[in-house]
Amino acid sequence: MTEPLYTVRDLTRIYRRGPASVTALDAVSLEVARGDRLGIVGESGSGKSTLIRLMAGLDRPTSGTVRFAGREIQRLPERDLAFLRSEVQMVFQDPRGSLDPRMRVGEIITEPLRSALIDEGRYRRDPAARERRLREVLNAVDLPADSAGRYPHEFSGGQRQRIAIARALAPEPSVLIADEPVSALDVSVRAQVLNLLNDLVRDIGLTLVFVTHDLSVVRHLCTRVAVLRNGKLLEEGPTPQVFSQPASDYTAQLLAAVPKVRLG
Amino acid sequence: MTDPLLIVSNLSIDFGRHRRPALTDVSFELADNERLGIIGESGSGKTVTALAIMGLLPETATASGSIRLRGNEMVNTGDRELAPLRGNLMSMVFQEPMTALDPTMRVGRQVAEVLTLHQHSAKEAARSAVVAMLARVGLPDPERIADAYPHQLSGGQRQRVVLAMALVNSPDLVICDEPTTALDVTVQAHVLATLDAVLDEANAACLFISHDLAVVSQVCDKVLVMLDGRVVEAGTVAALFNDAQHPYTRGLIAASRIDQLEPGSRLPQVEDYWKGNDA
Repeated sequence: MTEPLYTVRDLTRIYRRGPASVTALDAVSLEVARGDRLGIVGESGSGKSTLIRLMAGLDRPTSGTVRFAGREIQRLPERDLAFLRSEVQMVFQDPRGSLDPRMRVGEIITEPLRSALIDEGRYRRDPAARERRLREVLNAVDLPADSAGRYPHEFSGGQRQRIAIARALAPEPSVLIADEPVSALDVSVRAQVLNLLNDLVRDIGLTLVFVTHDLSVVRHLCTRVAVLRNGKLLEEGPTPQVFSQPASDYTAQLLAAVPKVRLG
Repeated sequence: MTDPLLIVSNLSIDFGRHRRPALTDVSFELADNERLGIIGESGSGKTVTALAIMGLLPETATASGSIRLRGNEMVNTGDRELAPLRGNLMSMVFQEPMTALDPTMRVGRQVAEVLTLHQHSAKEAARSAVVAMLARVGLPDPERIADAYPHQLSGGQRQRVVLAMALVNSPDLVICDEPTTALDVTVQAHVLATLDAVLDEANAACLFISHDLAVVSQVCDKVLVMLDGRVVEAGTVAALFNDAQHPYTRGLIAASRIDQLEPGSRLPQVEDYWKGNDA
């Protein structure tokens, strides 16, 4: 059998401040196979964001291991992480905060291609290839080609999230990690962005790790779901199974809390 | 028959000549104890409507038409006349409790301030009223919470404190602007249930703004649909669901039914139903 794309073992992250310490993530183990769409759900403080930051190599665990594509990444120095930086890209919740307001959209999207920290050297040396890639990803997220010359503030919230997705796609990653990417969006815009993600993941064959507190989104988009609470993994399994037979009371509570339209 | 609590008629609001009007000819009524939801996308005019009723529009806004709350005209009325009405007759719950609360002040004092400003209560009487109010909005250990600073509370607890501030003077109208959008689902469910119960207890009317129809339907039976600063449709949640007249409303409803669809299938978008006025 082939090795999973991600293997997370006993991953623990303790934040210390003076004598106080907070265990943000407590011995979490899970696997993500290539092509999986894993939903990670839990409330604020459950450890969702800590887990994906460790998976993306943006933070180092207190103990435990993260294997990505056969290599342990948790102890690697930044100069050895270029392969991870191009393979794993992130989209954050608030596109207002994640897009530099002083950069044009074209510069924002091609910035990862110009970075020395990323494993896509052919783009770094080839401005024409960068231009081609820029047009490709703008097209992939349904933004007009002339968006490249404009600034983020000229776009709506949903369009800004498309820009963030385009930037994530630019270095041709195999994994997209999305941290609450539709939580700040209106219901109608949410549908557009979810449809876009769904199409991209299918067409490009991306592996998706999708963090959210909204279980209706997980049900729609994810093949597997992991439930976190207080830093611990309560359960993990195929989405239909977790939804129909939740193993923990907490998962059942989360499912019951999803607002449904009440008629009269 | 007595007049409705709130009568908004032909309300139009502009922010400067070069911009699209924020509101055009908005009219609706709200009776005592009644609850009305307002749904629509960002920029549809929901929040501007709420701010106009509260008399909190920025000075750059030009308003015409009329808002009568318990017989008081609110449009183009000075702050001196409006200030006593806010908190007493009407109050507001905002989306983000961290910005609605003063970070340097214990929350008990913030709730008490509303009481002492409007009712000139004595300090000790105010304290016990505050603690009772904090208990009513479902905060455990209200004595301790009253002495806490906002940053020491969770998001859900902070929003309950804001709710306590809004209700402590028993206003006739509570305006909630996306009160649970920033909260986790489980916390949202609890806060909505609390809101439902305390509005009942307090006999207060409510104007509830959200982009999420499912959330609105937890609190309100009647809904107003706004689009580009106009009211395009109004009715009960059930009527809108079963027989929406405007294609935009049908689009909003379809987009909100993510839980009814085959997983992985394409989600309906508002544009499938409504291309916009320009198209």
